[in-house]
Amino acid sequence: MNKETKYNKLKDIIKVYLPEDVSVDAITQDSNFISELNINSANLVDIILDVEDEFDIMLENADMDKMQTVKDALAIIDAKLESK
Amino acid sequence: MTKSDIIDALPYDEPFLFVDEIQEINADGVVGTYLFKEDATFYKGHFKDLPVTPGVLLTECCAQIGVVCLGMQLLGETANFTSKGMQIGMSSTHMEFLLPVKPNEKVTVSSEKVYFRFNKLKCKVKMHNSAGGLVCKGEISGMFKTNANA
Repeated sequence: MNKETKYNKLKDIIKVYLPEDVSVDAITQDSNFISELNINSANLVDIILDVEDEFDIMLENADMDKMQTVKDALAIIDAKLESK
Repeated sequence: MTKSDIIDALPYDEPFLFVDEIQEINADGVVGTYLFKEDATFYKGHFKDLPVTPGVLLTECCAQIGVVCLGMQLLGETANFTSKGMQIGMSSTHMEFLLPVKPNEKVTVSSEKVYFRFNKLKCKVKMHNSAGGLVCKGEISGMFKTNANA
């Protein structure tokens, strides 16, 4: 799976949980989930659960703490896929 | 934690405690009861001449028994858990209401865990009246924040 495919899959997951006043175009690699995309912590959990299903990986509490931006999420997905 | 430990540690009090008894509780679910007392003040206004328990309070009762009690059971199984300073927030509800609950009716809430991950607990809940009729059902999620894993 190349970087572009992973990024697009992640964006497809994130867009479901965006509040109405944030557009899909606002998602960039540097977007902070909570402070910029206005995603609350409960929806961040849902994003993680969807990421686990989509990429067939398992995340831990420490991963969630590290997952501040879209780029962080991609790095975690990469690390988990590599160690599979 | 025992059933009575959980009830004692609940962060609610009158007039907003909607749990009387926990009948069964384990890592997968909980069954508990509550009697909606006829002297509760909200019956004076809901409705003016026809007291019926508001749906939001049926939801609240489902959440207190089905999500908060179950969450405390699940957190109690982890190391270093203390209910002191625990904060909770309801994050989503999706409910359907099928039967009214009159003053002085005792209801039984049963809840089944869908998942408990990253301190978010999502449950399928059902409320039955004493005649066994299904009062409401739905899904409720809540987030827990504790000192042990803040």
